[in-house]
Amino acid sequence: MRYPNDLPSPIQYLDASGALRHDLPANIDTKKLIRFYQTLVLIRIFDQKAVALQRTGQIGTYASCVGQEAIGVGIGEALKPTDIFVPYYRDVATQYLRGVALKETLLYWGGDERGNVYRGAAACDFPLCVPIATQVTHAAGIATAMKIRDQHDATLVTCGDGATSRGDFYESLNLAGVWQLPLVVVVNNNQWAISVPRTLQSAATTLADKAIAAGIEGIQVDGNDVCAVFDVVSYALRKARAGKGATLIEALSYRLGDHTTADDATRYRPVEEVNAAWQREPIRRLREYLHQQDHWNEAAEKKCLADCADTVQAAVDGYLATPPQAATDVLDYLFAELPMSLYGQRQQILDKAERLSLGGAHGKP
Amino acid sequence: MGSRESVAATNQTHIDKSENPAPMAATDITMVEAINLALARAMEQDENVVMLGEDIATNGGVFRATLGLKERFGYKRVMDTPLAEALIAGISVGMASQGLKPVAEIQFMGFMYAAIEHLVSHAARLRQRTRGRLHCPMVMRIPYGGGIHAPEHHSESMESMLAHVPGLRVVTASSPARAYGLLLAAIESPDPVIFLEPKRLYRISRQPVIDDGQALPLDVCFTLREGSDITLISWGAMIYETLQAADRLARENIHAEVIDVATLNPLDDDTILASIEKTGCCVVIEEAPKHCGFGAEISARIAEQGLYLLRAPVARVSGLDVPMPYFRQETLYMPDEGDIYQAVKKTLEQIT
Repeated sequence: MRYPNDLPSPIQYLDASGALRHDLPANIDTKKLIRFYQTLVLIRIFDQKAVALQRTGQIGTYASCVGQEAIGVGIGEALKPTDIFVPYYRDVATQYLRGVALKETLLYWGGDERGNVYRGAAACDFPLCVPIATQVTHAAGIATAMKIRDQHDATLVTCGDGATSRGDFYESLNLAGVWQLPLVVVVNNNQWAISVPRTLQSAATTLADKAIAAGIEGIQVDGNDVCAVFDVVSYALRKARAGKGATLIEALSYRLGDHTTADDATRYRPVEEVNAAWQREPIRRLREYLHQQDHWNEAAEKKCLADCADTVQAAVDGYLATPPQAATDVLDYLFAELPMSLYGQRQQILDKAERLSLGGAHGKP
Repeated sequence: MGSRESVAATNQTHIDKSENPAPMAATDITMVEAINLALARAMEQDENVVMLGEDIATNGGVFRATLGLKERFGYKRVMDTPLAEALIAGISVGMASQGLKPVAEIQFMGFMYAAIEHLVSHAARLRQRTRGRLHCPMVMRIPYGGGIHAPEHHSESMESMLAHVPGLRVVTASSPARAYGLLLAAIESPDPVIFLEPKRLYRISRQPVIDDGQALPLDVCFTLREGSDITLISWGAMIYETLQAADRLARENIHAEVIDVATLNPLDDDTILASIEKTGCCVVIEEAPKHCGFGAEISARIAEQGLYLLRAPVARVSGLDVPMPYFRQETLYMPDEGDIYQAVKKTLEQIT
């Protein structure tokens, strides 16, 4: 099974100026376009807020997704609740669409693992993954479980361009090929792995080419065109659910922000490159297109921005008002049942919490 | 987990503890056959139990621990994976997170290192970091230890690397019956369990084992032999030499208590300390290198909690602080019955 639309690579419907290069797929209607747009804007505003919260000491180190929101929205819109999503750490958009509340995302980056307690479609999804590329093997395992159980569902995992250099990435693709797993691997190629550019990561012409060695299909898509991401990911998920095998998708984008709030990208990349990348970012092109088609206007834009700001502020308020976790949470979830040999350390935690009069103010050291 | 009250009963082998007529006849089998029996029993009892690893399906494993399982339970439940240890560990985490109970085999401990990232960073942490939303009931079986003249990288005893990881249960067996009961317990456990198989003992002897599906507790030491003069603490393959040394000492009217630690994490301090309270001295015996070996943990716990029970310093008999030598020099490395005997005699001489 191959991607059916006969389009040049990388797959693109909306170009950077907002011009339609090819007719949109039938399953992308105006309503859906507007929903795409609203989520893109919401995540952009959330991301700005999260960086500000880190700068003011209210959350810990945060990994911004600015400029890469279309990948997350496209994936989140394409997944079904019965699919499983395995994120890396720039996936707030997909997680939001899976039902992870923005408040939970803040809780997580605020150093509190209760932010990993997902509900809804995300109930069986993995929490975000820090050790690079390891999550790809977990996704392959979940896809294996689906196959063993004859489920007609799919597992989708994301990673960055740096992750494609790791053994875990290759080993997983290889297995997905051999076992025909219902797996979709989406590489957010944002061109930078902290300070190492894509050109120093791999001599492969495209990262999608890495699918060839594994005997699976590889597709390169414009990751800043939410329509293209949605269409290609939807295709790969359909294929996976139908038992037709795995797909590697390389979504081309650009990391407009620092690697994380602990990074300073001006140390290693020219401002001209970043400025040029801003001309290709995903939100403006969709707004331009919606305007051209008379599906959007200034009033709608104003309302959208206000609504998104309110939603984000409510998440922040909810985060800051979250009561502290129990001190013993640090130990109580380690094993299904606390072994007797750890009773002493549990008491030690309680004693220390009392001695330090530990309160619950998030982000305060 | 079993309560401490059940320890006495489980200190004996499976056979010894059943006073009522057994529903099935006991069969004399080797440790590797006992492991095979436990795997088959677990797969029969729970359809979520699946096996994966290199050469485990069609070939039945290089040690034949999974012999016949693919034929009996099908290729979807007994899977030959590509040759990639990190992948084996990683897909086990993924499968376990969705309610399967993967039992992965790493062919030799010398090849487990690529898999460790998944054990440390994911398997051991998944329940903790999701506050119980997901958990990871996987088992990783790893044949380990030397003394069989194997190629390089096939004879390591690196159990303390694993026992150091918070959130991992680490278990090792020293007899066919305990291998059967502990492996069943490992598979039943909702936590990730590393099940270390002392491959030197795979076929060294036979013991009657009843295939009754009875699991042993995962948090107690087994007192294999009672004695009041000295406590010998060991686990895995070294239990064999330790029992030999205890026999020799008995002929000299020195009565050694022999404890099989069995579960390195969590560690049952109580059984060890109770024995030292009785004997006042001990020797800790391990095949691994001494520096930061698991014997160091046991020694430290004895110092912390039982220093005033001791009438002589804690002694350790261990492998050397060298990479496991290639087989021509293996015997220089491996602790033997003579090393244990000498350490006991020296300890007894030091008693105040």
